Amino acid sequence: MNRPHAEPALDYITAQYGVRSWLLTRDHKRIALLYLASVTAMFVLGGLFAVLIRLELLTPAGDLMQAETYNKVFTMHGIMMVFFFLIPGIPAVLGNFLVPLMVGAKDLAFPRLNLLSWYLYTIAGAFTLYAIVVGGVDTGWTFYTPYSTSWSTSNVIPVAFGIFIAGFSSILTGLNFIVTIHTMRAPGLTWFRLPLFIWAQYATSIIIMLGTPVLAITIVMLGLERGLHIGIFDPALGGDPVLFQHFFWFYSHPAVYIMILPAMGVMSELISTFSRKPVFGYPFVACSSLAIALLGFFVWGHHMFTSSQSVYAGLVFSILSFLVAIPSAVKVFNWTATLYKGSIRFDTPMLYAFGFIGLFTIGGLTGLFLACTGLDIHVHDTYFIVAHFHYIMVGGTIMAYLGGLHFWWPKITGKLYPEGWGRLSALIVFAGFNLTFFPQFVVGYLGMPRRYHAYPPEFQVLNVMSSAGASILGVGYLIPLVYFIWSMRYGRDAAANPWGATGLEWQTTSPPPTENFETVPVVTTHAYDYHAQAARERAAAAGGAGGGGGAA
Amino acid sequence: MWSDLPLWPDQASTSAAQVDALYLFLIGLTIFLTALICGLVTFFAVRYRRRGPGDPVPEAIEGNTRLEILWTVIPFCIVMGLFVWSAALYVHLSRPPDGAMQVNVVGKRWMWKLQHLNGRREINELHVPAGSAVELTLTSEDVIHSFYVPAFRVKADVVPGRYTSMWFRATRPGTYHLFCAEYCGTKHSGMGGSVIVMEPAAFQAWLGGDTGESLVEAGTRLFGELGCATCHVDAAADSPSRGPKLAGLWGSEVTLHGGGTVTADEAYVRESILDPTAKITEGYPGVMPTFRGLMNEEQMLQLIAYVKSRGVAESAPPARKEAAQ
Repeated sequence: MNRPHAEPALDYITAQYGVRSWLLTRDHKRIALLYLASVTAMFVLGGLFAVLIRLELLTPAGDLMQAETYNKVFTMHGIMMVFFFLIPGIPAVLGNFLVPLMVGAKDLAFPRLNLLSWYLYTIAGAFTLYAIVVGGVDTGWTFYTPYSTSWSTSNVIPVAFGIFIAGFSSILTGLNFIVTIHTMRAPGLTWFRLPLFIWAQYATSIIIMLGTPVLAITIVMLGLERGLHIGIFDPALGGDPVLFQHFFWFYSHPAVYIMILPAMGVMSELISTFSRKPVFGYPFVACSSLAIALLGFFVWGHHMFTSSQSVYAGLVFSILSFLVAIPSAVKVFNWTATLYKGSIRFDTPMLYAFGFIGLFTIGGLTGLFLACTGLDIHVHDTYFIVAHFHYIMVGGTIMAYLGGLHFWWPKITGKLYPEGWGRLSALIVFAGFNLTFFPQFVVGYLGMPRRYHAYPPEFQVLNVMSSAGASILGVGYLIPLVYFIWSMRYGRDAAANPWGATGLEWQTTSPPPTENFETVPVVTTHAYDYHAQAARERAAAAGGAGGGGGAA
Repeated sequence: MWSDLPLWPDQASTSAAQVDALYLFLIGLTIFLTALICGLVTFFAVRYRRRGPGDPVPEAIEGNTRLEILWTVIPFCIVMGLFVWSAALYVHLSRPPDGAMQVNVVGKRWMWKLQHLNGRREINELHVPAGSAVELTLTSEDVIHSFYVPAFRVKADVVPGRYTSMWFRATRPGTYHLFCAEYCGTKHSGMGGSVIVMEPAAFQAWLGGDTGESLVEAGTRLFGELGCATCHVDAAADSPSRGPKLAGLWGSEVTLHGGGTVTADEAYVRESILDPTAKITEGYPGVMPTFRGLMNEEQMLQLIAYVKSRGVAESAPPARKEAAQ
């Protein structure tokens, strides 16, 4: 479907050249690419730390590195992955690129703030990297007090400051999305005609706006206690160490939803497109994102069942945690039902989506184990938890992120990635992932605590399995990294709508022009009307009219 | 071969089997639902695969309210059942039975210091008899630790400035892992040891073997050495004393200066020693100096044992008030 243009139209990539044109751009699509580069760099770095962890855990004795080094390595792995990859990942890369396109707008509401958000992210990342170079930090990504404020001798303040700045970057992105979705939707694009990806970004933005300031305040208090010995958390200074956990998880549990909700949004787009059917129960899937966003603020205490909080508090947090599981479960049922009587294709993005369903189901169900107060006592702070949240974060978020990246790659770059390699990588990632993290459930229930540099020998076989799986997973991640870069130069040109998808982003050229649409699209159908899409395709084929431009 | 690849932890306490029962149920549920979802996804994916570009666009199915209500309500019922089951277990694990054998535990980077009631001390080891309930009172001298015995399925964070407790009833003699489960710095993974469950008779022999002062004796000695007895005099009811009497204090409701009451427990006694002006007993002057820095956490626990030994509340609080006037 590669239509020759009358004159070579300028797209957002070829519109301007030079480093300046990128570093001072206000185009949301270019900023998305800047984010893609920096987020990928952080992912690679976080991955390298993971490699070191898995190498150390090959043997029971702590023989590869010093305990202190190991503690810094797992801390930096967590910080890089959580604050610099998982939280910004889907919103700042895919969201930035797609939110204006999907709502039929020229750009985000505040393009300059959008660029500022990337600069803040970069400064935050640079600051954190500086802290690693000068010695690193060993508190764990959770910064529990009083260890982080009164005992650790590592670079707590520089790293915490980096995370503090990164938070503002998130806030600006969230603000931009909320305003854009409210005010810049194309004519006819009512709320219940929005793609579910937009609903997910909207719910995520609400969490970012409400939660991130709490993290910022907590970091300031941490700094005050560590730097000026003002007693807030350390009992030796008259503070309360458990108070920190309340503050920290008040942000960091909702942050889990900042990571997974956008992934669920990607999933809805993938499942619908590759089965050519509207998402089953659209209103429920849309509203469940909001339900998760709001309920997610009231479950933080389930991280603290053993912390000495009262039994009653534990029970309340337990029941609320069970409740928040329901909207997530229903989403999985709805995706499954979407496949029923569909017209299903097995392209790479769909393979990632299938992987997501399997892994997220296991991740979600093992979450029920942890909401069970009496059982959580045993598995809390063991590898069972590590396995559980990797099933959600890696099996869920990263699978969806990669699926989404493959799906929108033709739109983003105007090039096709090699499909065969894509499918292979999806299978390798799925297999490697399970081999890495499934044994961790077992070793966790056996009682191996997390953050252990050395461990009793009877846990070795399971740890070796895990390390072997991690090496397969690493290969699975390297393959797309290579062919994505390769495809930017050598890939075949992509058509405007290679998947036959319905979103507005597919009705403009690949890659889109700087202003996104030649004419403002007008929307007359709901988000996933494949009959209307087929009619458009037939009309285009019959009339031979231009591929870009407005909607039905 | 299976000895190299353990799949199930030792069951060595009465709660272990209860926790495992819930765990097994959840594994069953997980297998069932994962198989159901993955089975349906696989079946639909194969059955409804696109055979060619000419395939018609499938009929749009917007939803099915009845089905959606059904698959919201069923999970709701399942998770509420799980809540009740696990909450009962949680409450059971949180409530030590009366008359449990007491052991004090102090966590310190990176070791566990334990002391039995009769004064017998241990480091990184805990000896307990099979068949008896054991209650641990835990605190930390520095950062947060967590006392974890996987074979018993119990764990409690050990928090500086607070007393936490946990209990278990060991069932099988043997040696089991003791781990620190809350990250506490450089040698976190080395902060472990073992719990040794012994036959009751062997335990009694071990316990009586090498004791010094009992907790109460040590507390009594400290009480004298630190000069506490100067003010906390248990004289006749009509003679004045500068500090509240300790006889019958433990477990009583203390009326506070400025209103309110507080139960005299470990946390209250500890606070009154370290931060005496935080809660002043009604009718007494707030003249007690702080003893912060003059004792470690183990000595604090000994003093608490002493206060406890002075007897549980019998006389009503007004009697102490009268004494002050």
